[in-house]
Amino acid sequence: MKMTSSQTGARSIVLPEQNSVFRNLKNVKRFAIDIGGSLTKIAYYSTVSYKRASYDFHEETKEGKNDGVKYEMAETDVEGARLHFVKFETKHIETCLSFIQQNLVGSRDFMQGKTIKATGGGAYKYTDLLTSTLGLTVDKEDEMECLIKGCNFLLKNIPDEVFQYRRHGNPEYKFSSLDPNVFPYLLCNIGSGVSVMKVESESSYERIGGSAMGGGTFWGLGSLLTNAEGFDELLELAEKGDHRNIDMLVKDIYGGDYCGMGLPSDLLACSFGKAIHSIRDTNFNRGHFEDGDIARSLLFMISNDIGQIACLYAMMHGLTRVYFGGYFLRGLPLSMHTISFAINYWSKGKVQALFLRHEGYLGAIGAFLKGAEEDDTEKYSWGENYAGSSGLRSPIPAQLSSQNNAMFHQLEMDRFDWQLVHCPLLQDPSNYFPDTVDLTQDTEARKYWLQCFEDAIDKFVDRAIKSQPHHVDAQERAEKFCKKYVSRLHHLRCHPFAYGSLTVRSLLDMREHCLNEFNFPDPYLQQKRMENEQALKVLSQKLKELDEMTWEKRQEALVVGLLAGNVFDWGAKEVATLLETSDFGFEEALGKLQARPWLCDNLDQWIERLRNHSHKCAAIFVDNSGMDVVLGVMPFARELIRRGTKVILCANSKPALNDVTVQELNVLMPRIGAVCDDIQQAFTEGSLVVVDSGQGSPCLDLSRLNVKVAEEMHHLGTDLILLEGMGRAIHTNLNTMFTCEVIKAAVLKNRWLANRLGGVMYSVIFKYERPS
Amino acid sequence: MPWFGMDIGGTLVKLVYFEPYDILSEESQEAETLSKIQHYLKSNSAYGATGKRDAHLQMDNVEIQGHVGTLHFIRFPTSEMRVFLELAKSKGIATLASTVCATGGGAYKFEEDFKREVNLELHKFDELDSLICGIHYIEANCEEECYYFNNPLNEELCEKKHFDFSNPYPFLVVNIGSGVSILAVYAPGHYKRVTGTSLGGGTFLGLCCLLTGCETFEEAIALAEMGDSTKVDKLVRDIYGGDYPKFNLQGDTVASSFGNMISKDRVGAASKEDLARATLVTITNNIGSIARMCAVNEGIVKVVFVGNFLRVNPISMKLLAYAMDFWSKGTLKALFLEHEGYFGAVGCLMELMKTGC
Repeated sequence: MKMTSSQTGARSIVLPEQNSVFRNLKNVKRFAIDIGGSLTKIAYYSTVSYKRASYDFHEETKEGKNDGVKYEMAETDVEGARLHFVKFETKHIETCLSFIQQNLVGSRDFMQGKTIKATGGGAYKYTDLLTSTLGLTVDKEDEMECLIKGCNFLLKNIPDEVFQYRRHGNPEYKFSSLDPNVFPYLLCNIGSGVSVMKVESESSYERIGGSAMGGGTFWGLGSLLTNAEGFDELLELAEKGDHRNIDMLVKDIYGGDYCGMGLPSDLLACSFGKAIHSIRDTNFNRGHFEDGDIARSLLFMISNDIGQIACLYAMMHGLTRVYFGGYFLRGLPLSMHTISFAINYWSKGKVQALFLRHEGYLGAIGAFLKGAEEDDTEKYSWGENYAGSSGLRSPIPAQLSSQNNAMFHQLEMDRFDWQLVHCPLLQDPSNYFPDTVDLTQDTEARKYWLQCFEDAIDKFVDRAIKSQPHHVDAQERAEKFCKKYVSRLHHLRCHPFAYGSLTVRSLLDMREHCLNEFNFPDPYLQQKRMENEQALKVLSQKLKELDEMTWEKRQEALVVGLLAGNVFDWGAKEVATLLETSDFGFEEALGKLQARPWLCDNLDQWIERLRNHSHKCAAIFVDNSGMDVVLGVMPFARELIRRGTKVILCANSKPALNDVTVQELNVLMPRIGAVCDDIQQAFTEGSLVVVDSGQGSPCLDLSRLNVKVAEEMHHLGTDLILLEGMGRAIHTNLNTMFTCEVIKAAVLKNRWLANRLGGVMYSVIFKYERPS
Repeated sequence: MPWFGMDIGGTLVKLVYFEPYDILSEESQEAETLSKIQHYLKSNSAYGATGKRDAHLQMDNVEIQGHVGTLHFIRFPTSEMRVFLELAKSKGIATLASTVCATGGGAYKFEEDFKREVNLELHKFDELDSLICGIHYIEANCEEECYYFNNPLNEELCEKKHFDFSNPYPFLVVNIGSGVSILAVYAPGHYKRVTGTSLGGGTFLGLCCLLTGCETFEEAIALAEMGDSTKVDKLVRDIYGGDYPKFNLQGDTVASSFGNMISKDRVGAASKEDLARATLVTITNNIGSIARMCAVNEGIVKVVFVGNFLRVNPISMKLLAYAMDFWSKGTLKALFLEHEGYFGAVGCLMELMKTGC
């Protein structure tokens, strides 16, 4: 990561662009385009600089004068990479290209003589327009190859990319987990015709067949048989029509079910069967049907056929996963339902129809990657930026010129500066879901949490403004942040699937993304620092008290201390109020804790385990700054170290609430070492290491862990995992099974959640599990 | 003794009538009625406006339950069911027997009408059982029943050849009526329904009616014979300018059925005949493709196409023959049967014999 330092408050921060589409064009580095007959997708890569809080160290640290230490906050501009994908109807292509041309600003000369990777049927038709408008040389890429490249990229980088569609199901959209084993799969691309590809690895695929009955058939026949103008109008018609007026169903032939063959009466028996004119018996086929009925019948006929053919190919090649791409689907529930039904019916449930949240972008992503090989785009991991992306079937209206209004879909992805991998100690990585509760399924929980996040917004706005006292526009930006986040919450009420599974984690992450979007990189920075200082002051005393206890008492006190520390959480509204208004210290926190036996109490088993041989290595995923990490986690870690256990402390790479970041932990370590010899020694020897978890969330997604953590776990032979706090041990991972021992420890600081889990406020979860 | 077997489909009713030689000599009420019906049936090859007797399919000197006689094959649109019932009433069919064997969906749908109008009980048989049974009976009694095509798409070299079907198992039956059913037959009485599709003969005719204003299957086929589907369909060469060697696709392969019809200019240049041909080719190729994959998945090489969609429809038969051979690299064989759509009707007559009623 490149960093250019700039002094705090020295200059005002440029406001984000008013336009919500085609963002950050002034920092564009590279374009790619996928021009289809109906939709065009433009991809580009831009550099974004955002504010990141960092630390300036002062010499005093080395001299070990605890109370005189200065480490000051500074804001630095961090340069990151972002991928933008914008999708719109091809008829707006000229307006869009002009808009891009006008907004390239400094980059226009930079673009001169460069190439744009282009794919899709329209790549030929619009070559001249691309060259004349953007001054780019057009380099055409094979469509199928782009599609597959794009598909692989999405499958690897976007959690909740893949879903099954189940009409009337709960949930209606069932998202798959990020699967470490992406291959092999079948990709069924529905363009004008249908191509079926078997993809076996990153670099090997084969077209195993196809069908001429595709989107072009729907569009072509639809144009001949109805008055609809264009593909979208046909889809709209289809949504309103009733195919039963024109199709022959089983009941039209049998008068009811055909039990002998197990065919239900509503099953389609003959598409367009009722369109056969009858000369004499006008009662037989009355032939009352309208354009909508025809369009719907066409949609069913073609979707069913595609489903059946895809299923036959899958069975022929022994594959169980079929992904669908191409312009035909557009996330239309009607088509997805029909295809899913056909595949499920004909394969007797063995083959799965899988859809992609971003299926429309496959070609553009692939074309972009083709051109970006030199940037090693595929070597990094990427993540969806919720703040800049439009949700599923939720386009953004925008006016790019005075005469032109259009709807846009957009996907933005931010680059991680490391590779993300699955935690190597998960028992079933392919079926790992981080989240304990899926709010898309659980209506009551959804209502509660959406309201809870909305109610808490004011505290975050206040905190954000206070965190930047020298910025005159902080108030304005904070209000924009508030507006954006609240409008997202409202949108999610009606469209809970817009960004994948709705979970407490996704709501937290979206808040962080929106804060970043408006240049509030770390609103809790000062708070975290202050609390760390306070905790450091009492650490020595705390350790002494522990040393004076008997072995058994001490083990209990260490766990209780860990839990008491976890009470200090600014993310929990009720606790935040308490922390704000009173002089709340470690002893007060101890007093708040539920008395034993706890709501979940495996303490005795844990102590029993400690009587046994020591662990090789413990990986601790830390939570809050201050009391939590200094007085809770450190003494616990020290005890492990004394037993000969190595310790990996995993901390977030990006700020989230008052969670301690890896940068902060690195600042803290020498100072803790100064108080505690065991820690100092272990840290120096490398038997205590601090690792960047790769996360920027109060929750923990173990399918997206910094590869460095996985390597350390492997290297040090981790046989114990400690997940600490509500975010990491309750909202996520509460039910996750590991191949090693695990402790999940948290204090319930949300009344509603505590009640739901059968406890009360400050109930304690201390779950110690051994692999089965 | 039942003399009729009926297969009442979604669009066509298939009727077989057995004319026993011996009973006519008897002096009885039954013989008298029979002879009256026979006279009517045999002296005509058309009944009303839409009923047809396929005289060329007639089977003489066949034996059914101890009687030797002739099997006659008659068809009329399902929409004319009421006209048929009136006729049956006037010719006294109802006095002949109390039951008629029937299969097909209409056996259920029109059961009440038969009872009410002509006081006939329908003895219903399973459609697929009847189909298989009919194929076995006709194949056993008709020497030149099964055939295939050599060089199907070459006008000069194409030839229809007899196929010896005496050792048939296992084989796939693709029955193309209004919709399509595909069955895998492993041994006599041992078969399963593999799949089906709603895109069948009814879809072809329905779409043709809408696209061209034609009213009958014969009309639709006649239009198609004169048309050119490449004006309507988008071919591989329309997209790539020629072959697409990367995926081994020839330039004249259809990439998107009706794909050219998204442009107004192309619509103007396409005639009714072109549209009918494209519809026929689309439906046929789709059935071919599904049948081919089923054959591969079931490990079966003989694919028998039956059903009235193939009647007077050499275009489809030759396309299917070509597609089976080409896409399977010669491993699959498309077979056809002369009595195309009548197996269900014959089979249900035979089924009744088995039950001993």
